[in-house]
Amino acid sequence: MTPEELEQIAESEREAQKRFTHRVHVCVAAGCLSCQSQPLKDALDKEVAQRGIGERCQVKGVGCMGLCAEGPLVSTSRGTMYKRATPADAGEILDSLEGQEVSRLVCPTDVPFFARQKKIVLENSGVIDPEKIEDYIAADGYRALIRVLTEMTPLEVIDQITKSGLRGRGGAGYPTGLKWSTVSKSVGTKKYVICNADEGDPGAFMDRSVLESDPHRVIEGMLIAAYAVGASEGYIYVRAEYPLAIKRLKTAIRQAERLGLLGSDICSTRFNFRIDLRLGAGAFVCGEETALIASVEGKRGTPRPRPPYPAMEGLFGEPTLINNVETFANVPPIIRNGGEWYARIGTEKSRGTKVFALAGRVQNTGLVEVPMGITLREMVYDIGGGIPDGKEFKAVQTGGPSGGCLPSEFLDMPVDYESLARAGSIMGSGGMIVMDESSCMVDVAKYFMDFCMTESCGKCVPCRVGTYQMHRLLDTITKLSATPKDLALLEELCDLLKNTSLCGLGQSAPNPVVSTLRSFAEEYKAHVEDGKCPAGVCGSAKNEEPA
Amino acid sequence: MITDFAKPTPPNQDKRWRLVDATMRRLGQQSRGLIETLHTVQEAFGYLDEDALRYVAVSLRVPMSRAYGVATFYHFFTLKPAGEHTCVICTGTACYIKGAPQLVDSVQKMLHVTPGETTADGKVSVLTARCLGSCGLAPAVVYDKEVAGKVSPQTMRERLGRWVQP
Repeated sequence: MTPEELEQIAESEREAQKRFTHRVHVCVAAGCLSCQSQPLKDALDKEVAQRGIGERCQVKGVGCMGLCAEGPLVSTSRGTMYKRATPADAGEILDSLEGQEVSRLVCPTDVPFFARQKKIVLENSGVIDPEKIEDYIAADGYRALIRVLTEMTPLEVIDQITKSGLRGRGGAGYPTGLKWSTVSKSVGTKKYVICNADEGDPGAFMDRSVLESDPHRVIEGMLIAAYAVGASEGYIYVRAEYPLAIKRLKTAIRQAERLGLLGSDICSTRFNFRIDLRLGAGAFVCGEETALIASVEGKRGTPRPRPPYPAMEGLFGEPTLINNVETFANVPPIIRNGGEWYARIGTEKSRGTKVFALAGRVQNTGLVEVPMGITLREMVYDIGGGIPDGKEFKAVQTGGPSGGCLPSEFLDMPVDYESLARAGSIMGSGGMIVMDESSCMVDVAKYFMDFCMTESCGKCVPCRVGTYQMHRLLDTITKLSATPKDLALLEELCDLLKNTSLCGLGQSAPNPVVSTLRSFAEEYKAHVEDGKCPAGVCGSAKNEEPA
Repeated sequence: MITDFAKPTPPNQDKRWRLVDATMRRLGQQSRGLIETLHTVQEAFGYLDEDALRYVAVSLRVPMSRAYGVATFYHFFTLKPAGEHTCVICTGTACYIKGAPQLVDSVQKMLHVTPGETTADGKVSVLTARCLGSCGLAPAVVYDKEVAGKVSPQTMRERLGRWVQP
């Protein structure tokens, strides 16, 4: 594959697409698929065939368009978006290509939900066919890779990434350029690149959407990273619970191999890189990098103390670069447009954009990409469209089980790594769950503690026993039979887990409790001292945990 | 170095063992392929029984304890056969906030099983999942691999009713 050949593929694909005067895009990512978007696409295909307009009208399955709550979503080349379309609407949708739009199905796109977003990672989501490499190439895909291989040295690549200010999108926010540079300087007989797609946070589906909508972007990001650090083998560690993402990744890898973008002597250079998939098997702790490495090696996913960091001694004892899906997905646009371009977006310490999965008690649930530094209020009220059913906002939870709940006084806080950390939460991988007055914060804290207790790998005592004891205490509180002594003990355990656990899971397990204790102390007090739950959730039978 | 290693024979004549053998071959018959191999076994047979674990362990030359350890460590693997149908209720945060506990409650009352169990007649297995990533459609339930969004206890009971009726 030479730059000319790539350009040729892009050109012929663009030509082929120009032949169609009309295009209908149907979302076939998991969210819309579960709202029956496949029968809808089949109906559209059938209708097009029946009318004999297949020559000029293209029906294409595309990735996530974001507004999952209103699925299945359809967009047309006239710029109209339709929501909640059914197979019965197929005829009308095709009619609208040359006539009036179907007003009862129209989903307005000039609303803040779409207008406030800035798409970099998701630029191709909802536009290209995720199962067709030519479509990705026509959208400037793999151009960054060719540029890197033919014009740049590995050091120049790392330099661009450093300049961009990109930080790890998995949650911790470690500077990506620094990580790459460490791996590139490490000495080993072989180096590895691992893509962490073990999105275990409940309430987060960004990585799944990226993999389902634009898998080639992640592969290109990994290729560029491999070239920069000198790696020759890569793994994508993806959750077995995401069958569609796995299927599309397999297709994408096969297509890239066929075009010589993966394999030996890529683009007639001496650069070799292979990617293999490894399926996770449902263990949250495997998102931790050392546990993930153990799992790729075919062992139980238990973490080990660091140092040595994986950058020095990782997979099979060799230097290993581990980045999250979204981090890799940011790489191609950074190379294409330059590090400085990326650094201009976002805030001073948190550059670029972040993809969030907005869910919970909010009008517009779905996937959004916003520039860093946007306020929580804008997220919840403008993009999210506010709380449904006239209820009152109570808290927004970020960072999953390792994060915290932020009450209304933090609504005007900008969303970036530092601000969230100061407020007692974390950026996390991008789950953002909105809660209204019908949620009891003690119950929510118990929910997360239950999660951490079940997911604790059992290797270190503070986490294994501590999460169990904390869950027991929270359970007593939600049964309205706790004493003030229990509350004091709970606070003490928070401190203990945070300071003595082996890995991130245990160290951050108390976060939901700490943040709710701080912001919703009166709710805990009401449970313990007055024996009642202000939200009316606890104490009743429906809250009983299944045995 | 083990030199007198003979490849074990599969526990029975079932042709599905060829799939398992193919996975192990692809990964170079090495211990690092353990998890991938168990995935193949589970996909082919539905669950991991002792014979399967023993066969995989011997083939990949890992102790039985490690194979068993891995199989029980990861939630995705199951050592018991599943029912005819499976119903997976998502208990991720978004689903939890939007009513997953009521769904769990409702299924328990209806089928008299707790999550992780199969009904006595072997018809329906009820499971809970940590997060299906369908948070935009919370609460979500998977009926035999088909994801349904915005499920209410009532729609779930109707759906399950179709399975349990003779």
